[in-house]
Amino acid sequence: MAPRFAVSQEALDPHQVSASIADAEGSRQPRGAMMTFSGVVRGTNQRHQVLRLEYEGYEPMILKVFEQIGAEIEQAWPGTACAMHHRLGTLRIGEISIVIATGSAHRAAAYAASRYAIERVKQIAPIWKHEYFEGGDVWIEGAVAAADDEAAKKRAMEAACA
Amino acid sequence: MRVTVRLFARLREIAGAETIAHDVPDGSSLADVWTSLSSTWPALAAFDRTVSGAINAEYARMSREVREGDDVAFLPPVSGG
Repeated sequence: MAPRFAVSQEALDPHQVSASIADAEGSRQPRGAMMTFSGVVRGTNQRHQVLRLEYEGYEPMILKVFEQIGAEIEQAWPGTACAMHHRLGTLRIGEISIVIATGSAHRAAAYAASRYAIERVKQIAPIWKHEYFEGGDVWIEGAVAAADDEAAKKRAMEAACA
Repeated sequence: MRVTVRLFARLREIAGAETIAHDVPDGSSLADVWTSLSSTWPALAAFDRTVSGAINAEYARMSREVREGDDVAFLPPVSGG
């Protein structure tokens, strides 16, 4: 079975990510809701025609951050599991850059945890995208990262529960 | 004492290296290591207000002291997902 948290240079398979948290306990199956989110390379960004993205990351730290996000989810929505796989390297338009799977007893927690997870990834995962577009390239600089920034956690929670 | 410094994305490009063995005085903080790097590569100073630090693959405040042999990383604003 695939690990819950992973970084890969290869194409991501949403089913595998979901399977990593899909308990198969027969009639005791605790999860009534499984949610899978895929982030995909968009063809246009700020009116540029995107050619490709190159993702760079600090792998051992990404895994620790993913585990932290998983623990935050477990604390906010007890019994809700989360798995995340992120792709690194060169990605073409339409390819999947991240898969987040969440599973819970009921749909509300599975949806909310999924949104929370992607917001937190964008805030603190040590990953950078270098965008190549027609006529140039640029490093995308998003969030100033700090793992223990409570205001950032609160913003992610607000997005999740909107 | 010597620490290993990892740089990513634009920071890596500015320094022209992913990892650097870097000597700093005993008692140096992450901020001191950053300042010392900036004196070698002045273009890094553009990130003074937005850089984040990590020690041994965990986020750390810039005021944290580094120790001999630490794996120190400097992260520009992140853009995963």
